[in-house]
Amino acid sequence: MSRLAQSQYHETFDINLGPQHPATHGVLRVKLTMDGEYIVKAEPVLGYIHRMHEKMGENRTWAKFLPNPSRMDYLSAMSYNHGHVALVERAAGIEVPERAEYLRVIMVELNRVQSHLLWFGAFLLDLGGFTPLLYAFDDRERILDLLESVTGSRLTYCYFRFGGVYNDLDDEESFKTGTKEFIARLRSRMPMYHNLVTKNIILRKRLEGIGPVSADMCRRYGATGPVLRGSGVQFDIRKNEPYSAYPDFDFDIPVYEEGDSMARYMVRMDEIEQSMRIIEQALDKLPEGPVKAEKVPKMIKPPKNDYYFAVEAARGTFSLRAVSDGTNTPYRLKIRSPTYSNLSLFEEASKGMLLADALAFMGSLDLVIPEIDR
Amino acid sequence: MDRAQVQKELEALAAEGKPAPVPEEKVEVEKEEQASEQEETAPEEEQGKDKNKKKGEEEEEKPRENGVLVLDHRARGAHLDAQLNGDQVVAAAEIMRRAGLSVEAVTGVDWLKENKFEVIYDYALYIAGEDLYRVVVRALIDRDNPDIPTISGVFSGANWHERETWDLLGINFTGHPQLTRFLLPEDADFHPLRKDFKP
Repeated sequence: MSRLAQSQYHETFDINLGPQHPATHGVLRVKLTMDGEYIVKAEPVLGYIHRMHEKMGENRTWAKFLPNPSRMDYLSAMSYNHGHVALVERAAGIEVPERAEYLRVIMVELNRVQSHLLWFGAFLLDLGGFTPLLYAFDDRERILDLLESVTGSRLTYCYFRFGGVYNDLDDEESFKTGTKEFIARLRSRMPMYHNLVTKNIILRKRLEGIGPVSADMCRRYGATGPVLRGSGVQFDIRKNEPYSAYPDFDFDIPVYEEGDSMARYMVRMDEIEQSMRIIEQALDKLPEGPVKAEKVPKMIKPPKNDYYFAVEAARGTFSLRAVSDGTNTPYRLKIRSPTYSNLSLFEEASKGMLLADALAFMGSLDLVIPEIDR
Repeated sequence: MDRAQVQKELEALAAEGKPAPVPEEKVEVEKEEQASEQEETAPEEEQGKDKNKKKGEEEEEKPRENGVLVLDHRARGAHLDAQLNGDQVVAAAEIMRRAGLSVEAVTGVDWLKENKFEVIYDYALYIAGEDLYRVVVRALIDRDNPDIPTISGVFSGANWHERETWDLLGINFTGHPQLTRFLLPEDADFHPLRKDFKP
């Protein structure tokens, strides 16, 4: 706590941050108890965009839930889509052809780069820099074009199906060259991003040492993704619990020890490069073959049991638990979203922080509110 | 982390819950219920022949009295599955904390027919270079008296998960610091994930 708050003259006041505040990226409200500019208590208030996806999962067949996951986290919709189909495949024992797994990995990784670019732009916007947003959106737009050419949508993809993907690439050669051109372009632009932003003294002063999150705090709160990796824990579901075609690729998990906002920033910037490496390898090794399993039952009825599946979304571990009673609808579908856990440490970590720093810290957690509220 | 140690400690904990006369009765009832359920669902499963691949092993895994099961991770998504009494979940959480695992999710399931709530805790090991280790701890509690102690004292992150579970299912986590409406509006007087909920 600040020295001010400890003094005998201290007097606190309450203010509301949000639910309509640009820095919270959506409808998140934070009830703040302030001591001057210092935070005494910051309590996130959720639920403004709660849609009860879990109940929706219970009252429709397994396949009819397909469009829902991408509406939770619209920025890494592909990972969410992946988590859901992989869960049902595990439950119903459906094998996925190799080409489909490769296509999934390509799409998910493109989506991850896109998500990190958007986060980069929006985060810098939070900190008061408008220009980086324009650069980031320029690059991001190209990814959206690529994804649109394959999946038909730009944001809320529903490309994966149980046992494969919806459709093969229309024109494999042009997609491959297009993606490789994009990767070359983004690679040539990353030094510019680093010169323009990462090395900027104003940015460093705003991020370095701000919002320290220790590995132990992550463990207690179940924080995952770049937050955990920014706290020195080299953990990634893609490596530690390999799924899909990830074991086939050579990539690193960026990790930074500092645990501050700068570390989380650097983790995401490095992940862009690693995702591009995965995409390149997947494009080069893309096998021939079908993109859909042959025998996928029209009506899926997984055996009575419960099943769990986790994927590494752009923000951390996204996992689902399905409880099946053997019928064609899930008995219970639990959705565990990464930023829900990541945000839950905000209250503890923001104690005694300057309000302006807390906003930078919140930005570095990369919140997507529809995913928290579900 | 010593996986065998975790398994041993959980087994000991599950065994501890058994001898007491009251829980034993409860376990017996569960077993009967589940046995009858099994008979009901068996013919249905035979109809869906396309996925009887895992049927054999699945029938063995039918719940059961308190105890620890080793699961096939590829088929189920977890390595260890422990069923305990409701009042033992805090002790289980402490075992997990000592072993370095984190709580990943808390799920409530409404078993309306059996008049039970099931609370499922998902623990996972987030450690660099080690394969992920997932432990599921589950407890069945009475639906008419849905009390279960909170583990938010052990894992701060469970606070929000438990609060959400109370919000949506009405499972009462005793000792929880803030069991108030979370995702639903603050004046809500219903628990939508209950199976008898009518909008």
